[in-house]
Amino acid sequence: MSLAYHDRLTDKAKVGAKAGPKLSWPKLADQRWLSPVLLLAIWEVASLTGVIPSRILAAPSAVVQTLAHLVVNGDLPNALIVSLARMAVGLAIGVTTGTVLALAAGLSKLGETLVDPPLQIIRPLPTLALTPLFIVWLGIGETPKIALISLGVTFPIYLNLFNAIRSVDPRLMEAGRSFGLSGWDLIVNVVLPGAMPGFLVGLRYALSVSLLILVVAEQINASAGLGYLINNARDFMQTDVIVVCLLVYALLGLGADLLVRALERRLLVWRPAFLKA
Amino acid sequence: MLQTARRPTAVSPVSTPPRAAAMTPPPSVRVKGFTRSFGATSVLKDMNLDIQPGEFVALLGASGSGKTTLLRTLAGLDPAPVDQVSTPAARAVVFQDPRLMPWKRVWRNVALGLKGRDIRGKAEDALGEVGLSHRLDAWPATLSGGEAQRAALARALIREPKLLLLDEPFAALDALTRIRMHELVLKLWRAHDPAVLLVTHDVDEAITLADRVLVLDQGRIAAEEVVTLPRPRDVDDAFQAIRRRLLGHLGVTSHDPAVAAELIAFRPRQDAH
Ligand SMILES: Nc1ncnc2c1ncn2[C@@H]1O[C@H](COP(=O)(O)OP(=O)(O)OP(=O)(O)O)[C@@H](O)[C@H]1O
Ligand SMILES: [Mg+2]
Repeated sequence: MSLAYHDRLTDKAKVGAKAGPKLSWPKLADQRWLSPVLLLAIWEVASLTGVIPSRILAAPSAVVQTLAHLVVNGDLPNALIVSLARMAVGLAIGVTTGTVLALAAGLSKLGETLVDPPLQIIRPLPTLALTPLFIVWLGIGETPKIALISLGVTFPIYLNLFNAIRSVDPRLMEAGRSFGLSGWDLIVNVVLPGAMPGFLVGLRYALSVSLLILVVAEQINASAGLGYLINNARDFMQTDVIVVCLLVYALLGLGADLLVRALERRLLVWRPAFLKA
Repeated sequence: MLQTARRPTAVSPVSTPPRAAAMTPPPSVRVKGFTRSFGATSVLKDMNLDIQPGEFVALLGASGSGKTTLLRTLAGLDPAPVDQVSTPAARAVVFQDPRLMPWKRVWRNVALGLKGRDIRGKAEDALGEVGLSHRLDAWPATLSGGEAQRAALARALIREPKLLLLDEPFAALDALTRIRMHELVLKLWRAHDPAVLLVTHDVDEAITLADRVLVLDQGRIAAEEVVTLPRPRDVDDAFQAIRRRLLGHLGVTSHDPAVAAELIAFRPRQDAH
């Protein structure tokens, strides 16, 4: 009862806010861009007045200038291409490996017996802890970086897809069988589409894992890529370049998220959540 | 309005179909001495059942009496010795829930597992028969309960089954939709002439639809009512007499209105044409 009363009150307040000519607090409460802009402004002022020295953190305006400069002289695009290629190749290998292993383990009992135990044994190990060993085995070129990303990506894909295959609705499996599907037909028409949502969850994890490992792996004696740019900037205390690179990493993360969303919208059109939208 | 309803013929507790005369063709379904056990408990005990080609049989029984177990056996979903259970190769199931693949459009669900040419055309025909021509390309998640169950019917019928197995297919539908589904099933049954085994817990539904109503109890067919009333069937005296007897077999006396009402969740009303 008191809740309903409260609701009515807030409704009235909203109506009042809409009708009133001046900017009132409820309206201000919707302006989510406000605090980031305020913080940026404070940061800029603090940098200009020397409260934040540029060797600690460059001013936002300086960062924008450096960004433009790095884009124009080609340093940033080149570094971005190298880093993106590492991420893409690592992802491709890892997603393929994870998918193949999950199919093998998910679709046959023998496959599970062979594949699952070793993977479960390695799984608790943080992938990045293998860095020294990978450097000993593979040197300091591109190979250990890509290998680390591939390995890190394999697990989220494997675990989610394997689990998704095993939890495909048994009633649908039975319906499929009763209408004459078996073997490969059953896999293609029922198992794989049924496991697709789980796979995409795995892919979402895989993309963020790949970015995380990329950032760390790129610092291994890098001679190209965003990591190289950051390493150099660190040596010369160019905080503006470092911030630019951080921005690019953030954009990569955002792009990965958008990619998965687009894939979900395409591959899961049949889901009620997407049908209503 | 008045129907000249004949009293049902012989009531025999054995499952030999009464129309088994010298000239009848071999039965479509034959179950002989079949026992199905889960662990120590036998759900079906020394079961005997014949269903003639084109015969509509309804199966009643208390919850847990083994109706679904029998249906699954006839559907080939559970293994059974060939010398004890024989069914036509062409058989199709409609489950209690529609079990449409949510990732396939309706017509692809109907055509599931079909190979060959013009599958879409066939699916269109089948969906037309159940009145779903306008939802060919819909996603199953957007269908109403009744539409989904009709799509499931179309998916079963497109295979031209000689045996159609229905496991409480209308239990989840509202009363009005259920009447429509009854009419639809009868229409499709006449058009395609499969033998039908309908599992239901609705006594009136069984009497309205079937040629023969079986009552399953303790793993055996405990009673059998042959219904010879002309279709469409009105709830007249003869109908009520059959209902009373079936309720008696199910352990419910018709003088026990509360329980009877539970069992007869809905009494279909049909207008004479
Ligand atoms: N796979 C199984 N394992 C063990 N017991 C089972 C299995 N399937 C069925 N049963 C048992 O067999 C008995 C009959 O089950 P069945 O599903 O055939 O009943 P039913 O007549 O269809 O009941 P309802 O009207 O509730 O659907 C039940 O006691 C059930 O617990
Ligand atoms: Mg059942």
